[in-house]
Amino acid sequence: MLSNAIERIGLGLFAFVEEIGGLATLLLDVLKWTFRPPMRVQNLFAQLDFVGVGSIFIVALTGVFSGMVFAHQSWRAFELFNAESLVGPTVSLTITRELAPVFSALMVTMRAGSAMCTELGTMRVTEQVDALETMAVNPVQYLLVPRVLAGLIMVPLLVMIFDLMGLMGGYFVSVTVKGLSAGTFITRTQQWLDPEDIGEGLIKGAVFGLFIALVACFKGYHASGGAKGVGQATTEAMVASALGIFILDYFVGVILH
Amino acid sequence: MTAPAAQPMIQVMDLEKAFGANKVLTGINLSIPAGSTCVILGGSGSGKTVLMKHMIGLLKPDHGRVIVDGEDIVPYGPEDLERVRRKFGMVFQAAALFDSMTVYENVSFPLREHRKELKEEEMREIVKAKLAIVGLKDVEERFPADLSGGMRKRVGLARAIILEPKIVLYDEPTTGLDPITTDYVDEMILDAKKMLGVTSVVISHDIASAFKVADNIAFLYQGLIVAQGAPAMLRHSEHPAVKLFLSTWFGKN
Repeated sequence: MLSNAIERIGLGLFAFVEEIGGLATLLLDVLKWTFRPPMRVQNLFAQLDFVGVGSIFIVALTGVFSGMVFAHQSWRAFELFNAESLVGPTVSLTITRELAPVFSALMVTMRAGSAMCTELGTMRVTEQVDALETMAVNPVQYLLVPRVLAGLIMVPLLVMIFDLMGLMGGYFVSVTVKGLSAGTFITRTQQWLDPEDIGEGLIKGAVFGLFIALVACFKGYHASGGAKGVGQATTEAMVASALGIFILDYFVGVILH
Repeated sequence: MTAPAAQPMIQVMDLEKAFGANKVLTGINLSIPAGSTCVILGGSGSGKTVLMKHMIGLLKPDHGRVIVDGEDIVPYGPEDLERVRRKFGMVFQAAALFDSMTVYENVSFPLREHRKELKEEEMREIVKAKLAIVGLKDVEERFPADLSGGMRKRVGLARAIILEPKIVLYDEPTTGLDPITTDYVDEMILDAKKMLGVTSVVISHDIASAFKVADNIAFLYQGLIVAQGAPAMLRHSEHPAVKLFLSTWFGKN
């Protein structure tokens, strides 16, 4: 019983290390093919559009409501000791440093990561990836480089949108709903919020964007076993991306300070 | 039928390949003359696809040589392989068309990749001509999902021959098709050979089709080619596996 459990943990650990190794190899491969001609500009723009532009609406909506919820809850807490004026800084710091990168990355994972993984997986199991290769087109360069770059570039931009919308949500609840003066909200926020806080969120966004695109590509690209295999690959990619975001969040935060 | 030239286009020597403990190919020797059609016949799991993937460098052998048009491709890295692959066109079992692209975009894809000097109108002309060879017209704007299995396969062939390759590989071209479409695909393979003078390699377990299109048949059994030669010769092979395999068809006809 016990040895069985230990064995399972060991096997799980092996699988985990193997996956990390696979991801790292893929990252190197993607890096190598990014800088080789021809540049796949058209594919890159298609992915920038899909990952970035296509996610603006849901990221903005998530941003507004996160800001509103956070302002509402922190108002309730600060009200107890008459420190409502600190709601602005609290909301803005939490959003720019943590909520914006984490939530944006989660929304992009759900919307774009899943689609990337199923699309690549389907292309793999229907031999479209092999077809590319036989036509002397490198599939890593043609398919993966644009997707990984799109994640890396667009998630930080989405984080900016989240920041802006989150602050607006916080402003709306504090000033319009609760009646805090606009001047207090703005000056207090300016006082506490530094460019470094926004920068921290953007760096996290870039790390998460790279990570989730890489995971989706890795799982999809190596999918096998027909429709079931693609489904399984997508599930694994979603779970690994979501967990990875939270784990990376801690370590990036620690490294930055 | 034109007489095959003496110079082999593809030569496989002592090819061995194992996946883990599973020995798939155990010493393949095969020579395919330029301009001829060779059918690699064998049952499921006999290693046909693995053998074909070695010819185009998608797999590396554990041992042996694969000589394509005078070059041993086994030691080649990605750059050299890309160059060699331009001599090939491959028709996949399920066509493997890009489903996000129209027929026109699919067929013109290799041109866009490798013949960047061409203008759009020139590409249109070439695509139209190749689609005509495979017996299709006015399908350019349709998507692969809107085509029947036989039509998809023909589009796949048009894409495979668009760069005028020296060699066309067919992966189970008639699997899963009805008898009439099968016949049509056989004709397509014969036409491609006649009109373009390509060397064709067909992997198949379809005996009728194999005997129709082949100049030579190589029978693959448990990782070895146990019989090879002209169809008429193979018909009288004494090898028990070949006899058994062929009797499933000729026994009934």
